Amino acid sequence: MGLTSQSTGAGVLEGELKIERTSPKDKVIALTGNPNVGKSTVFNSLTGLNQHTGNWPGKTVTNAQGKYRHKDTNFIMVDIPGTYSLMANSIEEQVARDFVCFGSPDATVIVTDATCLERNLNLVLQTLEITSNVVVCVNLLDEAKKKKININLKELSKKLGVPVVGTNARNGQGLKELMDAVYEVTNKHTTPSPLIIHYDDIIEDAVNILEPSVKELLSDKISSRWTALKLLDGDPTLLIGLRKYLDFDLLENITITKKLKEAKEVLLKAGIDHELLRDKTVSHIVCAAEEISNKVIKFEKAEYNHIDRKIDSVLTSRIFGIPIMVGLLGIVFWLTITGANYPSSMLADFLFSIESRLTDFFIWVKAPSWLHGLMVSGIYKTLAWVISVMLPPMAIFFPLFTLLEDLGYLPRVAFNLDNFFKKACAHGKQALTMCMGFGCNAAGIIGCRIIDSPRERLIATITNNFVPCNGRFPTLIAIITMFFAGFVAGPYQSIFSTLILTGVIVFGIIMTLIVSRILSKTILKGLPSSFTLELPPYRKPQIGKVIVRSIFDRTLFVLGRAVIVAAPAGVVIWILANIHFEDLSLLAHCAAFLDPFANLLGLDGYILMAFILGFPANEIVVPIIIMCYMATDSMLELDSLNQLRELLVSHGWTWLTAVSVMLFSLMHWPCGTTCLTIRKETQSWKWACISFLVPTACGIIICFVFANSVRLLGLI
Amino acid sequence: MKNHLIPLCLLPSGKKAKVKFLTSDGNMRRRMLDLGLINETIVESLQKSPSGNLTAYGIRGAIIALRSEEANKIIVEPNY
Repeated sequence: MGLTSQSTGAGVLEGELKIERTSPKDKVIALTGNPNVGKSTVFNSLTGLNQHTGNWPGKTVTNAQGKYRHKDTNFIMVDIPGTYSLMANSIEEQVARDFVCFGSPDATVIVTDATCLERNLNLVLQTLEITSNVVVCVNLLDEAKKKKININLKELSKKLGVPVVGTNARNGQGLKELMDAVYEVTNKHTTPSPLIIHYDDIIEDAVNILEPSVKELLSDKISSRWTALKLLDGDPTLLIGLRKYLDFDLLENITITKKLKEAKEVLLKAGIDHELLRDKTVSHIVCAAEEISNKVIKFEKAEYNHIDRKIDSVLTSRIFGIPIMVGLLGIVFWLTITGANYPSSMLADFLFSIESRLTDFFIWVKAPSWLHGLMVSGIYKTLAWVISVMLPPMAIFFPLFTLLEDLGYLPRVAFNLDNFFKKACAHGKQALTMCMGFGCNAAGIIGCRIIDSPRERLIATITNNFVPCNGRFPTLIAIITMFFAGFVAGPYQSIFSTLILTGVIVFGIIMTLIVSRILSKTILKGLPSSFTLELPPYRKPQIGKVIVRSIFDRTLFVLGRAVIVAAPAGVVIWILANIHFEDLSLLAHCAAFLDPFANLLGLDGYILMAFILGFPANEIVVPIIIMCYMATDSMLELDSLNQLRELLVSHGWTWLTAVSVMLFSLMHWPCGTTCLTIRKETQSWKWACISFLVPTACGIIICFVFANSVRLLGLI
Repeated sequence: MKNHLIPLCLLPSGKKAKVKFLTSDGNMRRRMLDLGLINETIVESLQKSPSGNLTAYGIRGAIIALRSEEANKIIVEPNY
């Protein structure tokens, strides 16, 4: 849920990664590592940027870059999506490998997890084959210490032949040493002599045949030994990358093709075909990693993962796994609903008291009444509604959700729900992109990159909108509090509201599954593809940091976007409400035009118009509805949800309207940013249109069926 | 019982086994190898997911969940 401008719009739309050196002396550092090893934390600590961090694999889905200065040098650090390997099995791996190979970084920092070093060494060894300008950062040393895992960093550095620095990025420990090491490497003060993995004699023979002629052509741009190995391996994606980078095709060179053929014959004679070669090289690296870790790591406790296993046996147990999940969701909602009440009314009181001051001011300066209307009744009022209705739930929901994320719970959600997604012929990691959608659908859609198969990625993209993002979430809460909480007495109100909200969210998830299945049986036919899901160790969340970060990085960012959209929307509404045509305002004309259709869906013309005007940002839907109603009878002074409810009821709202609005809010077109993000991610307007139409059609159909069954059955 | 080979998905929870060979190919095989599932690697079956099908395995210090379709193609020797 990296909800920053990097991932939610602006940054994403800019296109490929460009690195801007301010001077030729600037050094470019690639930051790589396995997923979920604290790469983003290292990145943030060094660059001071706020790349969102969370405890689940595959969170950094776009390249972020930031700068820092150390001693006399400027460093540009590029945060690369986490990968387990550079064999280019997935898009992320390809991106990571291409950057390390062809992005010509001055140094590559590989962040590794001290609690799981052996597995991380796989990536380190693969990177060392490509470049020797490497610094290995062994992060999460405190976690390792807790688990009584001892790592001999000096010995590791000796074995790998490159600098190794131990860090605790979360509290900044070791980062200075890391910067020092990077400085030394980039300024060539140390000459690394990286470990070279020696494969079977036959493979070495084949490499020796090919390497000299490769070396001649590459002129030391890329490791010739590695390129020779990859040519034998015949990886097509690498060949494309190489061709782009070198500006010529290696395979068009006659010597290379001749030598390649010769080398391949040597391998074939020994019975090593393409597949076996791959097996052998990968196995060799894994064995080397095992050997090294056996020498440098000491486990003082055999059962070092004991506590995690215990927690997992409860949180993902057959009987309790899913109930606990729904329960946790419920608790988060309950805290949000109860917690949002007071600040919401306080904000409303405060902001609307300022409104009368503003009015006094406008009268005092003798401003024309249209200016007052435009600025105060138009812009200011809409903004005040956006802030008082939307801000409190967002400011409470995010930190809570982020805590769950930090803890490492989200991959367990994916683990729990996998079979449902499998039955829907979708990818198990779709549960993760769905969770990201809670933060922001645009971020969720970028997150879909963690899904390798294009078919399943499209399904996840199209259905992401069924999860209400933070823009729609407060809408649901506001309506529930206004309309349904009153059905039960006193202390149970908030519990009742929570149950309804949980129900709506679960309904959204069910719709996700149903639509995913329908898509896999129609326009996106296919079978679920293979995938592996890592369940990372639980980590103690940094509560203080999470709260500050999520309020400043996410809530205020989202609010800022809403405010930018809300101000012009306020102007439009005020103008529409104040230009009269044949006795009726334009606003009323528009509403009257939409009314018959909206009625079929259980809504009214104003509500539908609010949803349409809310296209740039969903946050403004409820404020617009309120503004529209107030524009038609401006006598009302509103300062509590109760009076708000009266306003809605006086405009013909019933429980049917409320439910229809909730359903339509859950299922309608994605917001403008999301649509553009889909276009960008799928590289096609066709899929952007489909992603627009599918949830819209679902919303229309379901609202229509619901509203008319209720009416036919005479329930209203 | 020595030399008795089964697919990994049949390994009961809480038991350990040694990887003998993979029957998958292409992309899936590469992914399994990248996880470190090479010959002689010790794998522990930890827990099935509540909705079934997915199982968490302990592989070289990491916890990786695999669907039965994948675990089916990893042949192991239990009670090594």
